[in-house]
Amino acid sequence: MHLLKLVFKNTFRHKLRTSLTILGVTVVILAFGLLRTVVSAWYAGVEASSASRLVTRNSISLVFSLPISYKEKIRQIPGVKLVSYGNWFGGVYIDEKNFFANFAVEPKSYLELYPEYILPPEQKAAFQRDRKAAVAGEKLATKYGWKIGDLITLKGTIFPGNWEFVLCGIYRGRDKSTDETQFFFHWNYLNEMMKVTAPRRADQTGFYLIGVDNPDLAYEVSVAVDTIFKNSLAETLTETEKAFQMGFVSMSEAIVVAIQMVSFVVIIIIMAVLANTMAMTARERIGEYAVFKTLGFGGWHIGALIFGESLCIAMMGCTIGILFTFPIARVFGSTMETYFPVFHVAMKTIYLDIAASLLVGAVAAIIPTWRAINVRIADGLRRIG
Amino acid sequence: MMGHKAPLVEIKNLSKSYRRGNQIVPVLEDITFDIEEGEFLALMGPSGSGKSTLLNLIAGIDKPDRGMIKVAGVDISRLSETELAQWRSANVGFVFQFYNLIPVLTAFGNVELPLLLTRLSRKERREHVKTALQMVNLSDRMDHYPGQLSGGQQQRVAIARAIITDPTLLVADEPTGDLDRVSAKEILELMGRLNAELGKTIIMVTHDPHAAEKARIIRHLEKGILNASAQARL
Ligand SMILES: Nc1ncnc2c1ncn2[C@@H]1O[C@H](COP(=O)(O)OP(=O)(O)OP(=O)(O)O)[C@@H](O)[C@H]1O
Ligand SMILES: [Mg+2]
Repeated sequence: MHLLKLVFKNTFRHKLRTSLTILGVTVVILAFGLLRTVVSAWYAGVEASSASRLVTRNSISLVFSLPISYKEKIRQIPGVKLVSYGNWFGGVYIDEKNFFANFAVEPKSYLELYPEYILPPEQKAAFQRDRKAAVAGEKLATKYGWKIGDLITLKGTIFPGNWEFVLCGIYRGRDKSTDETQFFFHWNYLNEMMKVTAPRRADQTGFYLIGVDNPDLAYEVSVAVDTIFKNSLAETLTETEKAFQMGFVSMSEAIVVAIQMVSFVVIIIIMAVLANTMAMTARERIGEYAVFKTLGFGGWHIGALIFGESLCIAMMGCTIGILFTFPIARVFGSTMETYFPVFHVAMKTIYLDIAASLLVGAVAAIIPTWRAINVRIADGLRRIG
Repeated sequence: MMGHKAPLVEIKNLSKSYRRGNQIVPVLEDITFDIEEGEFLALMGPSGSGKSTLLNLIAGIDKPDRGMIKVAGVDISRLSETELAQWRSANVGFVFQFYNLIPVLTAFGNVELPLLLTRLSRKERREHVKTALQMVNLSDRMDHYPGQLSGGQQQRVAIARAIITDPTLLVADEPTGDLDRVSAKEILELMGRLNAELGKTIIMVTHDPHAAEKARIIRHLEKGILNASAQARL
């Protein structure tokens, strides 16, 4: 207990040096936390995807569509519970820079397939009733100040023209990982317009979404789907939603790996910085440690003093860093909402922060402790004065 | 004369050398002498003659190459590092030239340090520390940090720390080397009292003939060899 007090007193002997080192740890923990959060935000789509949902698309590429007639055939495959379908619409709201995901979907089956989108019953009913109805996630609605009943016009990029929608529902996410920045409307609305303006593109859908009875059968069902449409005009590729999302992420995997590496590199850097601080400190106090040893204190005591001080610095920096991580992540998340619809600091990141700081504190103390313990008392005493 | 009693410290054929590069530099050569209990011994000699080395060996903070050092019947040259550390904390009090107080601890904290290795309760420790500080006449400076004390006062704190565990042996390496005349005199008087009133056996290395006068025996080291001309005083 007395030694603990000494550890604290020692820690703040060089106020400037200690403060700068704590600041360093703080910045590193902050950077580490934000980088980890970016990485998990990157995988948010994968994280949020369900193992009991499959995505079927044209085997050539996502750009090519599939006939709507496939729906009935897919429905009849054993193990299939529910089939929905939709198109990536790619509409722009007012200006190019207002980017968000928007889809044309079959409303009833889509909402059934995505129970994580929580919509009040009356909004759900209104959405299904009105052909021009659309639903937006709460974050998206807040961002643009939309209210129920608002008229929203999207400029089509893939499907030319100005498209008008009535906002009938605003959904909230069931989980933290649920994307609340999506926008979807009736596939029929799109299809009817296509029948008039571009009949060749009518009765086509970009993808099918399949709900299976049992996630364990997901693979069998996906093989069954692709087998049926083998050798047809539009062959299919069916995979789990997770694999599908992963496909998007893996295109940018190199960046994610780089970010991950940087997050570890900063930890190694602070390890070197703290080790240097501790080495300087311990060197200055070699004489004092010799006095302690002279008085009969053992290696354990010396070790406790040096490890204690090192851990004290690391954990103070860690605490401040964690405290700052949350508000900064919030600001960062809201400015980057377009790219990272889901951006929140995971508990796991905090645990990693703590583990990394403990590791940094301990590793930094090893060599100084070893030196302090092994210096002969007579040599240590000689360095005083 | 009392009955025949073994001396407190027995040193026999003690040798110590240091290695400098691949050269071996002998520092102490074949030293043999005894120190009786209750003695106040001054160790003198030119710089580099090995006084500190000898003192460190007797106090158990260094190990000899050859020979035997028995203190109160224990051959300390045979103890392991850990045993030696324990032995030091129970049997030896140290006073250094540069006081060697811990700057972040108050006078009280510094004197209390050796007691942290004992089983004494917080309250008992407090009592002991107060008594020791009283003995060196620093009761009013208990809460001062070393930086707030004069050299003489710091050395008195160091002496209080050295006697707090009531050791049999008190070793001092040039305890007045860094002090002005007045402070040095105070320190020497204090050591004289510890020897006379509490019966502490004291071994003191010094350059200062005035300091040596306080001692009852003076021994001279010359190039690692103990001068036979031991001078006994009253
Ligand atoms: N760790 C060491 N390594 C090598 N040589 C050493 C070491 N310690 C002491 N010496 C040498 O041993 C000799 C005796 O040193 P010591 O410190 O015992 O002398 P001293 O009599 O106390 O001198 P002073 O009066 O200057 O304090 C010196 O020549 C010194 O250089
Ligand atoms: Mg010396």
